[in-house]
Amino acid sequence: MKKKSKLWNEIKRNRQLYILFLPILIYFLVFHYGSMYGSVIAFMDYKPAKGFLNSEWVGVKHFIRFFQDPYFGRLMKNTIAISLGSLLVCMPVTIIFALLLNEVRNSKFKRIVQTVSYLPHFVSLVVICGMIKVFVSSDGIITTMLSALGIVEKQNLLMVAEYYQPIHIISRVWQVMGWDSIIYLSALASIDQEQYEAADLDGAGRFAKMRYITLPSIVPTISVMLIMKIGHVMSVGYEKVILLYNTTTYETADVFSSYIYRMGLASSYPQFSYTTAVGLVQSVINIALVTISNYISKKLKGSSLW
Amino acid sequence: MKRKRSFGDRAFDIINTIFMLLVIVIMAYPIWYVLVASLSDSNYLAAYRGVLLWPLKFTTAAYTMVFKNPNIVTGYCNTILIVVVGTLLNVFFTLIAAYVMSRKPFPGKKIFMIMMVITMYFNGGIIPRYILNNNWLGLGNNRLVLILPVLVVTYNMVILRTGLEAIPDSLDESARIDGANEFQILFKIMAPVAKAPIAVVALYYAVTHWNSWFTAAVYIRDRAKYPLQLILRDILINNDVNSMMGGEEGSMLAISESIKYATIMVATVPILCIYPFVQKYFVKGAMIGAVKG
Repeated sequence: MKKKSKLWNEIKRNRQLYILFLPILIYFLVFHYGSMYGSVIAFMDYKPAKGFLNSEWVGVKHFIRFFQDPYFGRLMKNTIAISLGSLLVCMPVTIIFALLLNEVRNSKFKRIVQTVSYLPHFVSLVVICGMIKVFVSSDGIITTMLSALGIVEKQNLLMVAEYYQPIHIISRVWQVMGWDSIIYLSALASIDQEQYEAADLDGAGRFAKMRYITLPSIVPTISVMLIMKIGHVMSVGYEKVILLYNTTTYETADVFSSYIYRMGLASSYPQFSYTTAVGLVQSVINIALVTISNYISKKLKGSSLW
Repeated sequence: MKRKRSFGDRAFDIINTIFMLLVIVIMAYPIWYVLVASLSDSNYLAAYRGVLLWPLKFTTAAYTMVFKNPNIVTGYCNTILIVVVGTLLNVFFTLIAAYVMSRKPFPGKKIFMIMMVITMYFNGGIIPRYILNNNWLGLGNNRLVLILPVLVVTYNMVILRTGLEAIPDSLDESARIDGANEFQILFKIMAPVAKAPIAVVALYYAVTHWNSWFTAAVYIRDRAKYPLQLILRDILINNDVNSMMGGEEGSMLAISESIKYATIMVATVPILCIYPFVQKYFVKGAMIGAVKG
């Protein structure tokens, strides 16, 4: 009894905070938890005309259909290839860039390089994809250069299935390298300078210092970034795919989210329940990936997100 | 005492500098190329082979076409409307959420926080979100759909909360003694002191609104309500001649490549102009987010 009244007093004392928070609470419940609850239509045959309450429950029918879908393997393969490929190329490049930039002695030059390298981050995705499209068209600048070197034939590179993934990944490196390096550069800036002085006395060279002092001190940052990125492996980059792919490149470009978009929203016969099921499969894989990578990181290095 | 630098050391510096110069070229040249190509005569451009450094036969014809295009103009207006109204609402509500979360523990605080953090990792997915916004809330083809569903982003709330937590307690205690309520403390005392983190978060929201196209592509059906990025998509990605010429008969098809380049510049230059000034705020935000996220 006494405990209850204490709680009540606490609530009463903070009533203004609750009033302030009320709109935020409503927003999150409606827009975030509302749509999470909406995922249950994956287990129904949802028809907008019938409404949510009158649609029929069908169990895991849509999931079974998706796992038997001939496209399932292709979607899985492309999603993993594009996002894991982006991750495995972008992260090392970014880290190497940060390490090398950290070695630049002239601070003014360093700042110029940094400022210029952030630039692509501020160009909108639509514009980036527009640039990619004109650059790799049959007489675009990149096609012209690569065909002069004999690497590709003079054609629209976005119409060739085998080039889609390299184009997607390389342009992504261009876009994020500078910006993503900020985290590593700030970690590098906080390294104790005395370590370097001690290494100098031992006669360590530049590479030895990078290898034995600089790199180990940003390993925690790297592992946290890795966990965070792996958690988004399944969902990464679909807006870019939707902007860049076409029927001739579905083979290598179509990923879970673009498939959901095409079958669920861009189609004249939208399959809401089926595509929701596809989305749920995607989320479950995502959750599993974060949990596993977090667990591994905890075991290995003792740094984790939670 | 400075030791004499070895040969290997100096060689490393030279190679590293060359590498960094290369990075500058790779990062900046595509944008420079677009600028130069947009100012070039398209016939010359089509015939030119090699690395383009300066405009070929300088002309602003493409820009004249772009600014005559009513789609670009309405797109610009819509985007500015969404960026201004959206960002104001975003900052207002994110500030409230961050303030409440920066207060001393009260019953339910932890649950509220968890409720918000969960949304950083999980969401309902594209389709349930569409059914919610379009069918249940009736936001289809309404510009509010570009604002309301992204009203408070948890990541930004965390950045703001960190900023508010850095403000010394004595400030709001004295206000409280003077009888100020929570609302007054937040907007009269805290907000003016937390200008820098608020600027960071406002910039994040503004850029997200400026760049967003997918939501509009899904929900907005009237061309008159299209934001700039969606018009850009029609021109640059879908090669929609109608939106490129703004309905004018397509006799100018020959210069369409230059029009594309000019369109890219018109959409990107405003961002690139303010970018050097706001860059440091972005960097600040990226670092707070990384430490706390």
